[in-house]
Amino acid sequence: MSNSIYFNEYHQMLRDQVRRFVETEIIPHGDPWEETGVTPREVLRKMGELGFLGIRYGAEYGGSEMDILATIVLAEELGRSTFGGFAITVLVHTDMASPHLANAGSLVQQQHYMPGIVKGETITAVAVTEPGAGSDVASIQTKATPTKGGWLINGSKVFITNGVHADVYFVAAKTNPDGPRSQRTTMFIVEKGSPGFTVARKLEKMGWRSSDTAELLFQDCFVSEAQVLGEQHHGFYAIMKNFQNERLVLGAQALGEAQKALDLTLDYVRNRKAFGATLWDKQAIRLRLAERQTEVEAARQLLYHSAWLDSQGVDCVKQVSMVKAYCGELVNRVMYDCQQFHGGSGYMRGMPIERMVRDARVQSIGGGATEVMYEEVAKRL
Amino acid sequence: MKILVPVKRVIDANVKVRVKSDQSGVELANIKMAMNPFCEIAVEAALRMREAGQADEVIVVSAGVSQCHETLRTGLAMGADRAILIEDDQDLEPLVVAKLLKAVCEREEPGLVLLGKQAIDGDNNQTGQMLSALLGWSNATFASSIEVNDDHFKVTRELDSGLESVTANRPSVITVDLRLNEPRYASLPNIMKAKKKPMDKLTAADLGVDSSPRLQVVKVEEPPARQAGIKVSSAEELVDKLRNEAKVI
Repeated sequence: MSNSIYFNEYHQMLRDQVRRFVETEIIPHGDPWEETGVTPREVLRKMGELGFLGIRYGAEYGGSEMDILATIVLAEELGRSTFGGFAITVLVHTDMASPHLANAGSLVQQQHYMPGIVKGETITAVAVTEPGAGSDVASIQTKATPTKGGWLINGSKVFITNGVHADVYFVAAKTNPDGPRSQRTTMFIVEKGSPGFTVARKLEKMGWRSSDTAELLFQDCFVSEAQVLGEQHHGFYAIMKNFQNERLVLGAQALGEAQKALDLTLDYVRNRKAFGATLWDKQAIRLRLAERQTEVEAARQLLYHSAWLDSQGVDCVKQVSMVKAYCGELVNRVMYDCQQFHGGSGYMRGMPIERMVRDARVQSIGGGATEVMYEEVAKRL
Repeated sequence: MKILVPVKRVIDANVKVRVKSDQSGVELANIKMAMNPFCEIAVEAALRMREAGQADEVIVVSAGVSQCHETLRTGLAMGADRAILIEDDQDLEPLVVAKLLKAVCEREEPGLVLLGKQAIDGDNNQTGQMLSALLGWSNATFASSIEVNDDHFKVTRELDSGLESVTANRPSVITVDLRLNEPRYASLPNIMKAKKKPMDKLTAADLGVDSSPRLQVVKVEEPPARQAGIKVSSAEELVDKLRNEAKVI
């Protein structure tokens, strides 16, 4: 994309490679994953081999040390896969869970986990949300109490993406209940199989069905001192910090989905005939699609610009919140129209657009609901 | 053995090509470009030969506008060792490209030139054949398999009538067909490594070639829209139509 001020030829090459991977390795194979409720680990390992899981990580761990714009490329292209569940499986691993380790992990912790994370052999999840606390992170109830040589974690977590099949979980727990709201929480590294840690339930979702989502239970789960991630009692800041990255990535995924839906719908309406002409010949349809494409294009520029601000180290919470809110809503408007223009067939299982409608719904909810995001914007007006 | 792989920058295979409104050519502004798919297959074949120890260097070369460096960079990211860009803003005809490549061959002295059998833009299918004629080297086209031997290549060619095996003495110019291999992905670490690989820049003048066009494009048009098919009720009717209407049997 040499005609962009944000992307260089290496971003473009990455985009080409991810797009080809999605078109050959994902789109023809994804249907059974929706049934089994999980993206096969083999697919993640293949992505690891191609370097897609270590875009910004250090070369010493097999990463490529690119910037957030490269991550945006990845998220947009995975969004184009038409399988939101696959896309989120990858993006939670690369951009919502593993950054906790990359940002705050000690050298020993990084050397232990990062190579497997980059290769796609160690899949990660982040466990913050609880039945009683979502975006309101400071209100979590899961607690960790000191014990000999480490900590005992007690509590439960819910809606945890990659929760069933992850190998390593980054878990937020209250360690300083009487401290200031922002200094009560510590992040812990918890490995699958730790005593006292169980996957309580695999959750069934409206969409994102090729992604596994779980409720997690911690009952006197022992973690050693070496499994404390980052500074004690400062987990809140780590979570807030990564929210920016997470929200840009979710915005990019939503726009990839929206663009793919428009592409599929254009193909459909140009061929589908009704009342003696194609649907494309109907002005109402043509103009609506043009309008939605315009909105997607505008949103994309806001996304790219916000990611660029972030890459320059500029405070851009306002812009990033706008991206998350706007893209999460826009993708749903786009899906509504695209399904509408597919007519009855768009309502049938087996049509990509039917799945994409269900997958898109969560984009205005997960990772910071639209209302929470606009509050962040409002605070800064 | 050194292998030279000429690669062409073309409109991406997934883009719907549009004719310019003045019919002078096809629309290229803001269009996604990519390496010609047959060229990717040629790069892959060369890389496999190097990995099998049959070659020690793979050089990608491209002629055209300065953005061709992106196409070359893709070849380097796949694994080629170095690149040569022959920068020229004119629309380069196959004979010009063949002459440029001949000059590069004289400098580099490769044991093998591997090309795509054609590029998906003009579908000319000429450059490889012209190059071999200019060099006086052996030539095999449409390769679906290539066996490397000490002084020759054994090539299986895909023809409409079946497969043909030929022997081409070294040095040779071989053009490759679709089924020779499936090109690899350029992994992200290899994309980053490609940054540091050398890319020489030359001009047609450096190589002593006049690159000006000898052909004139009169008009470019969309192919006529395909007519809807018909259903026939019997084999007799089908034969009758094929014989008397379509006149193909």
